[in-house]
Parts: sequence; structure tokens; C-alpha cells
Amino acid sequence: MIDIRTILAEKGLDAGAQNWQKRFGQVSSNDVERALSESAGYYSLKKLLALISPAAEDYLEEMAQSAQQLTIQRFGRTIRLYAPLYLSSYCINSCRYCGFNRINECERTRLTVEQAVGEAELLADEGFTDILLVSSEDREFINTDYLAELAGKLREKFSSVSIEIYQGSGAEYAKLFAAGIEGVTLYQETYDRKAYRYYHPAGPKSDYDSRLLCPDGIAAAGMREVGLGVLLGLTDWRVEILAIAEHAHYLMKRYWQSHVSFSFPRLRPASDVNDSQFRYLVGDKNLAQMIMAMRLCFADAGLVLSTRENAKLRDHLIKLGITRISAGSRTSPGGYSGRTNAVEQFEIDDNRSPAQVAAMIKKQGFKPVWKDWDRAFTIDY
Amino acid sequence: MIIFSTARDEMEDKLVIAGRKIGSRLLVGTGKFASPQIMADALEKSGTEIVTVALRRVDIENENDDMLSAIDRNKYLLLANTSGARDADEAVRLSKLARAATGINWVKLEVTPDPYYLLPDPVETLKAAEILVKDDFVVLPYINADPILAKKLEDAGTATVMPLASPIGSNQGLKTRSALEIIIEQANVPVVVDAGLGLPSHAAEAMEIGADAVLVNTAIAAADEPSQMAAAFKLAVRAGRMAYTCGPAARSKRASASSPLTGFLGDKNQASK
Repeated sequence: MIDIRTILAEKGLDAGAQNWQKRFGQVSSNDVERALSESAGYYSLKKLLALISPAAEDYLEEMAQSAQQLTIQRFGRTIRLYAPLYLSSYCINSCRYCGFNRINECERTRLTVEQAVGEAELLADEGFTDILLVSSEDREFINTDYLAELAGKLREKFSSVSIEIYQGSGAEYAKLFAAGIEGVTLYQETYDRKAYRYYHPAGPKSDYDSRLLCPDGIAAAGMREVGLGVLLGLTDWRVEILAIAEHAHYLMKRYWQSHVSFSFPRLRPASDVNDSQFRYLVGDKNLAQMIMAMRLCFADAGLVLSTRENAKLRDHLIKLGITRISAGSRTSPGGYSGRTNAVEQFEIDDNRSPAQVAAMIKKQGFKPVWKDWDRAFTIDY
Repeated sequence: MIIFSTARDEMEDKLVIAGRKIGSRLLVGTGKFASPQIMADALEKSGTEIVTVALRRVDIENENDDMLSAIDRNKYLLLANTSGARDADEAVRLSKLARAATGINWVKLEVTPDPYYLLPDPVETLKAAEILVKDDFVVLPYINADPILAKKLEDAGTATVMPLASPIGSNQGLKTRSALEIIIEQANVPVVVDAGLGLPSHAAEAMEIGADAVLVNTAIAAADEPSQMAAAFKLAVRAGRMAYTCGPAARSKRASASSPLTGFLGDKNQASK
């Protein structure tokens, strides 16, 4: 069977925007209307191409209506809430857009398992039962033993524990799954090989192919949730969205028991990172367009939005296809207890408390869902 | 065929599951509602007596869980479902957890390894049903509209079978109608048509072909006015049931005044000369 490297290469989706820009320009209003008239929720590259094209920008209201209807049908009037828990900011990578970049001279910190449990308890007190453990590439300290031990302790209070850390091996994911971690988010950041090389000049993460193949290992290890994402702002977003959709479609067909979700992180200001150097920043209109287009192509995929985005925008986007959002996030280790001056991975833009976000969700006619999983699925107790 | 002559007869046309008389043939799911209050109103208006709850969604061990506390257990039988279970082991584990927490030994068995269409796994469902029945559970299994599987589950001792009308949450109606008709014809346990009923007319259709009950969730929860839609489903289920019990007139594609193929036989039954 051919793998995702071949699929992307054959379609020219790892080779920059030149080939595709012309095709996007050729999409007509007819093509968009045809895509909108097809059964909502099913994927084809051609359909997605039409929905994220410049021509589709004239159809955003139609797309919004359809995306909203489909999301309510599949997920109900609900929005899931989760909280990230940062474990370490020590990193051996040098990603040019990240505040934890190893060449960034800043105060760093890492939490012991006990400290992490303490932070998590603050999140449990806020009502969270869905927690995402986040770490930079600090393998020496945040290793699988650490994560397995922490997951075991968190199981008392959290119905769902997932991770967003450096990439691991299939064996490592299997061990973490057995320890009760059921989801892994791993962003490719960019599917463009050249851009990838530029933005990840050194460290283990600089290997494009091993990064690209990592979600195969995650799903093969049995993980229920596989989170994909591109960092919006590194290259032309339209081509990145085609690539991530192809990646997801490939994973869905091959690992049919794992649920794929998508995140839409836009570049944010971070320590020693100036976003003015990025030429491809994505506006609100296009962010909404890609979210709605992905919903119309993947009826049941999780669509995730973090506190990178501002409150007002988040309030609108949860009606257009988003199913899961974070709230009250702190992006530095120890940030919830406030006992740190350590650097943040990025600045957050929605500073409301979880309770305020939940109230906003209710006010919009949706139910904030704190629990959508049960530890009994993974752990015998 | 059941023929009723009075309203009292209709009232006594009760659904019986595992020896328990159930006053309503509409079961209602609790997912996808915008708030516990909206859900509670819809349950009330639906007239249902059995309410399903996804174990993954509630904190079954916590009485103050916002959804659980909105379900009046004096009015409704709480039927926990194992939605999200990938295999028999997980479904059995979740069932035991629910029984330990609630004291209720009824379980809606769902083994749905595919996270997108949530289609039931026949092999693992049968395996889990066998284990749970032996462990004194009253098992109501969610299945594809597969007549052989329905018989095997019945043989294993399940209290009902719950075949789907179309993929869950799809609101497509009775896409599996011919298979449902076979299941209904052959069943010795109540057949509850579950999943895919998007409109009251779909529910009525299921009842008209002889289903003993239906389960509806998305069509109510995702409606603009969930409690009114619940009331509409209540009426449709009753109408469909009444129609079924009345012995509907046969349908024909054309009028049947003449007999083009058998007219030569004449009126009298005698040998031709």
C-alpha cells in the first residue's frame, strides 16, 4: 500500500503553492455551487478545492448555513471543553515560530509529576474532565514513564487524558495508550517540504518524513483520537488545507477505528518571535472559510479551536462547525498556579475564565460539554 | 394480528420488555440537547418511559451530574448505553460500571468501533450480549438490520433487538425497510427500531410495519423546538401503532376492476367443453 508521502508527492501537495495557485484561480462560481449541492459531509479533493477557493469567498453565508446545520445534526447543540496543561518548556528543537525554541534565551521550567498533578487539580476544580498534556521536546525528563505515571494519577479526576508532545515511536504510543492516554495531537506544521526545512532548521523535529509518518504510528497503537494541524501563516493556507485533508482521508481509510480531528492554529506573537516576518498570515474570513469547508467535507471530524483566537471571533466560530474549544488556558508550565515567570509558548487572546466561556456557550444556545469520555473505556477499575 | 375495539384495548396494548410493562412505544435518547432543561421538557412532551443515556457523557457515579439530575427516575427508566465501546470487553466493563452506580441492570448495548458512522459491530455485540445475559443483565442490543444476527441475539437471551433504520444521526428514515420487515416477522422479542428516524413520519412508518417501539434522539434534540418535535413523535408513534393494529387495507398499484389474465375463466367453476 502506498503511504502518505507518495500520496502528497503525486499530487504535488508537498512542493509549495505554485502548482496549485493556478488551479485555485480557475475555480468558478459554478464549481462552488456544485460543491455546495453535493451531499454535505463527504470528502473529495475537488470539492474541498472549490470550497476553499477564492471564488467560494462569495458563498460564505451559504457555507455557514450548511456547516452549522450539519454540525448540529452530527454533534448536537454542544461544545466540548478541554484545558491544556503545559509540562515543560525545555526544548531541543529550534522551530522559528515557537517561544520554546532552544536558541531563545528565556526562563524555562518543567513540572515534576506531583507539580503537574497540582496544576491539574486546579483545572478539575474549574470543571474540566478533559485534559491535554502539552510538552516541548524534553525527552530526558518528560519521557513515557513520566507520562504514564501522570496519566495514572490524573485518571481519578479526568475522564479523558490526551497528549500534544514531541513525536514518539509506535511502541511509545502503545505504552501510553495502555496507561490510559487515548488521544494524540501532532501538527505537521507545514506540508511544504521546503518551508518545513526552513522553519525547523535543527533538532529531531527537522526530519519532515518521520514527522509525516508519525500519525500512522499513533493510530496503529490504538489511539482513539488523532489530532492533525498546520500552523497557519507559514505558507499558503489553501494548499496546506488540501494536504491536511488528504492526510486525514488516508488515515481514516487505513485506521478506521481512530477518530481524526483538526486544529486551526494561527501564528501568534511569542517571545523572541515577531509575526511580521511571516508573509502568509491568515485573516478571519479565510479562517472561517477553511473551518466551514472542512466541516462540509468531514461530517464527523472534531474541529478544535484554542485560546489563540480572540473571544469575539471564538464566539462566532463555535456556530460554524467547531466542536471543541479550550478555555482559561495558560501556555507555560506552572501557569495555572501562577508560580512561574517562565516563558509562554505563545500569547493567548481569549482571557476569559472557563466559567465565562461556558456561560457564553449557553447563551448561544449550546450546551458546554465537560465530559464526553469515560476512564472505564481504557482502564479497568 | 391484534384488533382493538375500544379505547381501553388500545390503552392496554402495552409494550412488554423483559416482563416490564412500558406505557409508551417511544424511547428517547438524551444526547445533543442544548441544555438539561430543554432535554427534560422534551422528555416530558414525548410521553416516553425509557430514556437512554450515554455513559461517556455523564458522570454516572455522581448524582449531581447536570444531565442525570434532569432525568426524573420516578418517571423514566434510565437505560445506560455503551456508546463509544470498541469491543465486547469495553462494553461489558461500561455495563458493569453503570449497574454498580445505578442499581439498574438494563443496558443498551452499543459496540461501535467506527467513530464516524457509529455502525454497530455484529461480532463483538453478540459476544458482549452473551457475557452480559449470563451476568443477569437485561440486554437491549443496537444492531444493523441483520435478521440472522437478530435471531442469534434472541437465542443468546437479549430482551429486545434494536435494528437501525439508517446510520445513527443521519435522519434518513427507513433505508433498511426490507430487512426490518424480516426481523419483525421472525422476532420473538420486541423489535425497537433505533437510529436514523428523522421525522415523525419515519417513526410512524416503522410502527406501521410492525415495530414494537422506536428510539429517537437527534431528530428531537436537533430540532428548533425540541419539545414540540417530541410531542409530534409521540403522536406519530401512536398513529403508526394504531394503523398497524387496525389491519391496513392492502395497497395496489392500479385499479382492479377487470381481470385481463383470468377473465376467460368465467364465473362458474366448470370444465370447458
